[in-house]
Amino acid sequence: MRRFGLISVPYLWLLALFLVPFLIVLKISLSDIELAIPPYTPTLDLSRGWEGFTDWASQLDLENFWFLAEDSLYWKAYLSSLKIAIVSTIMTLIVGYPIAYGMTRAPDEWRPTLMMLVILPFWTSFLIRVYAWKAILSQEGLLNQLLMGIGVIGEPLTILNTNTAVYIGIVYTYLPFMVLPIYAALERLDESLLEAAEDLGCSRFTAFWLVTFPMSKQGIIAGSFLVFIPAMGEFVIPALLGGSKTLMIGKVLWEEFFSNRDWPVASAVAVILLLLLIIPIVLFQRNEEKQREAER
Amino acid sequence: MRRLSWFNAVSLTLGFAFLYIPMLILIVYSFNGGKLVTVWAGFSTKWYGELFRNEAFLDAALNTLKVALLSSTFATVLGTMAAYTIVRGGRFFGRTLFSGMIYAPLVMPEVITGLSLLLLFIAIGLDRSIITIVLAHTTFSMCYVSVVVSSRLVTFDRSLEEAALDLGSTPFEAFRLVTLPIIAPAVISGWLLAFTLSLDDLVIASFTAGPSSTTLPIKIFSAVRLGVSPEINALSTILISIVAVGVITTSLMSKRAIMRRQKEEQEAI
Repeated sequence: MRRFGLISVPYLWLLALFLVPFLIVLKISLSDIELAIPPYTPTLDLSRGWEGFTDWASQLDLENFWFLAEDSLYWKAYLSSLKIAIVSTIMTLIVGYPIAYGMTRAPDEWRPTLMMLVILPFWTSFLIRVYAWKAILSQEGLLNQLLMGIGVIGEPLTILNTNTAVYIGIVYTYLPFMVLPIYAALERLDESLLEAAEDLGCSRFTAFWLVTFPMSKQGIIAGSFLVFIPAMGEFVIPALLGGSKTLMIGKVLWEEFFSNRDWPVASAVAVILLLLLIIPIVLFQRNEEKQREAER
Repeated sequence: MRRLSWFNAVSLTLGFAFLYIPMLILIVYSFNGGKLVTVWAGFSTKWYGELFRNEAFLDAALNTLKVALLSSTFATVLGTMAAYTIVRGGRFFGRTLFSGMIYAPLVMPEVITGLSLLLLFIAIGLDRSIITIVLAHTTFSMCYVSVVVSSRLVTFDRSLEEAALDLGSTPFEAFRLVTLPIIAPAVISGWLLAFTLSLDDLVIASFTAGPSSTTLPIKIFSAVRLGVSPEINALSTILISIVAVGVITTSLMSKRAIMRRQKEEQEAI
């Protein structure tokens, strides 16, 4: 009985506040706009039995999804989110890998400090870290002041309110998520393997490429998913750093809901986004499980 | 001792410069006397004064603290229960669904979580207020707590618990007197994580907050959406310093704890 209580409280909580809300989103995505803003008309009247159910079901349709399919704005937003998420994941990997690698090569007594330096931004407000770039990237911002000061450019560059700024923002804010798993994977690496490779005549670089890099694959995969998945649905970064031309699906959903007040379309956008993310989410969980089994 | 090669030294320096320079610039410019955020006009602390006179910000800060304290506490209790269930629960009906629901919110885009919770609150006729934000924050942060706590529970020696049970304690006593003290560091870091996540959340709070329950991130977002504001720089500096002090203290404390343990072990030998 006690065990039952222990299981049921968090279970019921998640059912009520995680699963049920999704079912509501799904239902509203299948409703018409006049019916979806409260009071909801397509209510399920179970007291009328099967007839009540069929009545309810007949009011649902795929109209919102047809709307999404027909309007090129949504297609472009999904594709552009996908592109931004993929490119920024690769960029984060290129920036993050050398940092993680450098951390494992650093003297042992430095490591706790380096670790702390990577974790500190992770605890610092995401919003503030995105905001910090506004003053740097703007037309009269510090980056332009610096570049013009040393004479690299004559005219200020337009970076803020473009996709470039969004890429910088994603790489910057998600960098710890990439560095930490790669560092964890590299730290487990047995150094005698590298010595063996070098003894057998490999150059440093070949030893890295043939031994270190494959051994850190799990960390790279985990880090990439941790960047890619949230980047796909990102709202804050395109809203603060991107421009009117930056199309990202998180922003579209937000505007559909708060500005256009079209709840069924916002819900349909959410359903499609979730469907797109299910594959990477499942792959990510598989990778995590594999890693956990490997550690045992 | 190993020496850093030039390549590693350069990549670490550049990497940490990239991570820290934007925040340092923010801090430096919060002490700027001028209204223009990108032009230095002498040292001044006037924006801090402005900030503390701004009642809208103070109200929002108070709301944020209330939400964060409540939701992180609920999330810690629920998350610890969930972790205990997953690690110790054995097989029960719907176990896969349960662990799926624990992991899914970790990777769920915030816009979807926020939208779905708002639609739920409207469907059941719950007015948006601080309570709805607390419910929303508890839901996603309990999952983080449960991940942190279960990673500690997995490595925990179960025979200690069994010994307590053999010696006649009830399961609850065994949990309180044996398990809880051992997993306490993980529970505390879970609480801290939940607290920070709640303090920081903009998207989910925007969906679930009512007009009178604006939180600090919502306030910051609406202030900076169109441009840079020196008051927000001052506010950011305060928030960054609190986090920095917290992280540095805990890492020093854990370092000292490790050193003490090593010393005790040596003395024992």
